[in-house]
Amino acid sequence: MLSQERAPIYEALKEYRAKRIVPFDVPGHKMGRGNPQLTEFLGSDCMMTDVNSSKPLDNLCHPVSVIKEAEQIAAEAFGAKNAFFIVNGTTAAVQAMALAVAKRGEKIIMPRNVHRSAINALILGGAVPVYVNPGVNKELGIPLGMTAQDVEKAIKENPDAKAVFVNNPTYYGVCSDIRKIAELAHSHGMYLLADEAHGTHFYFGEGMPVSGMSAGADFAAVSMHKSGGSLTQSSFLLTGGNVSEGYVRQIINLMQTTSGSYLLMSSLDISRRNLALNGREIFEKVKSYATYLRDEINDIGGYYAFSKELCDGGAFYDFDITKLSVHTRDIGLAGIEVYDILRDKYGIQIEFGDIGNILAYVSIGDRELYLDRLIGALNDIKRIYSKDKTGMLDHEYINPIVMLSPQEAFYGNKRSVPIEQSAGKISGEFVMCYPPGIPILAPGEKITDEILAYIKYAGEKGCFLTGTEDLEIKTIRILE
Amino acid sequence: MELWFTENHSSSVRFSIKVDKQLYSEQSEYQRIDVFRSEEFGRLLALDGYVMITQKDEFIYHDMIVHVPMAVKKDVKNVLVIGAGDGGTIRELCRYDSIEHIDLVEIDEKVVRVCEKYFPEMTVSMNDKRVSAHFTDGLRFVRRKQGEYDLIIVDSTDPFGPGEGLFTPEFYGNCYNALTETGILVNQHESPFYENDAKAMCRAHERIKAVFPVCAVYQAHIPTYASGHWLFGFAGKTLHPIKDLDEEYWNSLGIKTRYYNTELHKGCFALPNYVKEMLENGM
Repeated sequence: MLSQERAPIYEALKEYRAKRIVPFDVPGHKMGRGNPQLTEFLGSDCMMTDVNSSKPLDNLCHPVSVIKEAEQIAAEAFGAKNAFFIVNGTTAAVQAMALAVAKRGEKIIMPRNVHRSAINALILGGAVPVYVNPGVNKELGIPLGMTAQDVEKAIKENPDAKAVFVNNPTYYGVCSDIRKIAELAHSHGMYLLADEAHGTHFYFGEGMPVSGMSAGADFAAVSMHKSGGSLTQSSFLLTGGNVSEGYVRQIINLMQTTSGSYLLMSSLDISRRNLALNGREIFEKVKSYATYLRDEINDIGGYYAFSKELCDGGAFYDFDITKLSVHTRDIGLAGIEVYDILRDKYGIQIEFGDIGNILAYVSIGDRELYLDRLIGALNDIKRIYSKDKTGMLDHEYINPIVMLSPQEAFYGNKRSVPIEQSAGKISGEFVMCYPPGIPILAPGEKITDEILAYIKYAGEKGCFLTGTEDLEIKTIRILE
Repeated sequence: MELWFTENHSSSVRFSIKVDKQLYSEQSEYQRIDVFRSEEFGRLLALDGYVMITQKDEFIYHDMIVHVPMAVKKDVKNVLVIGAGDGGTIRELCRYDSIEHIDLVEIDEKVVRVCEKYFPEMTVSMNDKRVSAHFTDGLRFVRRKQGEYDLIIVDSTDPFGPGEGLFTPEFYGNCYNALTETGILVNQHESPFYENDAKAMCRAHERIKAVFPVCAVYQAHIPTYASGHWLFGFAGKTLHPIKDLDEEYWNSLGIKTRYYNTELHKGCFALPNYVKEMLENGM
């Protein structure tokens, strides 16, 4: 049993600093002395932590000492066989797990409302997606999880698939029956991959939806920097007992930097320690904040901050109550409009707004005063800005028509056409609102009038559309 | 031995009061509370190191934050006071028989308890039967109210501590909602002189202006506040601070004051040019 009180990377960095080693290695700022302006801005402690791999500090690409130890302690904290420190974002963790299980032409069963990083992995590795329709809540207009029945059907129809990919939870906090899906996958010889970009706290809080590892997942990509408190871009890839540690490390090293940042690694190490020691209390607090917000916002009227009452045993199997998703369409405003008003008029930045909902990220870093500012602002927005809701688009999810694999489409022969003339063609690129970064169109999918109307509406309402080569999204690359 | 209480009025200006004793010091859940005894100012209350009130000059602040709106709107019955844990504002309000109810909302109960002990002359009316005290956040309290108050007084600390939420657009919007058709909002409006205070002052004015049709600023001279030149905000739905002043009525009440009078009322809305410009154009 390793002690969760340890933080080997942090300890090694402290020791390294105390030894006052003379740096004739990179980085060239040399503990900040070479870049006084940056040091003034970030602080000297920060610059002194930005050091290079070396014997006392281990090496992320091939860990044998303190990083190895920190990974083992992390694995134990998460109930995983192995944990890998990831410094290229959870994107890298998601890509690594997809690339580790399926080669070119092999199938992965996944819901279509995955993050772009999952489809990016298919472009890189050439695996083929088998999409399972996520359920859709018509009222809220959001895609949900997958039902176990739909996954079972996809497995039966595609017995050669290598893995099943599950969002645990979705951006909105909705969970599938991951335990059941894991059983189904395993009984058909498939891996289960869990995208837990929004599920770090499932491993430490009480009364949370089941975590990937405890549901039997073989891989889980865990964004420590979201609810876990580490620095942006730091993340864990967790693996279970049936996965080769060495092979996964090779896959990670295909794309991950060879200059792993010690700022990011120490933040993972210290945050893991904090969660292991204090996670239960931390997430009790977060739950109470989110519950308070939800109750008060629902009390205003017109807004709907949804929660477990929507659980249906199927596509909305479970809900993460630390998530504060609020449906805004009934006050006549698109989520993205409320998102913009909150920032521009009230100085409040929330996580995202889409067509019908906003999501405010609640965490241990919140202060009670700020909870009341958010509620007060929503109250005031309703008073000042609410309008008739007729004519508002009500759906967030359009079933894709997949014509080609993402890789074939992405690397295929393409040409640009004005986007409004692209209906009926096959898209060669992504179109998505960011955040949340879930593609409206992915490479290889057929462009339809419905999709074009949706893109136009989202743009008019102020969504930040991304993904195409043309940054203004006036043209789109289609397949010849 | 010399003991001096020093407050930074700006990053390069300090204001010091010689004190002979620290009577009380505690870190409450929200802020640090200190009470000192000084020769010149009598007892003084400091929150997070900033002077809130002294026995010598508190009358100026409390006169100006209460009597100005009360001389404009004579039928005030229901009042909401936010902040004001020291009791001075409540004391002045309780001198009006027309007032039927006062909700006092103070986030930090500790401030009230400390003032009861060290500033009994200010807290005399805290137990008046018209006063209901609520120890909660002002923003939280006010958002549930609709068309209830004739007058809201925001007697807050600066916008850099627990008072932050009381300088926000959502707060002013929620106050608008909580006021009656002819209701008035009066607030502590910072100082125009040092840059940081002036910025907060402009921001507050801009936000209030976005919510209320009538919006004015008036001034007083308060020796222990940064620069001594202090402002108050007057915001109304219909009533004008000077045109609707009823001098005869107010003077007939016979309320004795040391700072406020109805002549001064008319004059205090006349602002220096640099302040007018700042209010018009921002900083």
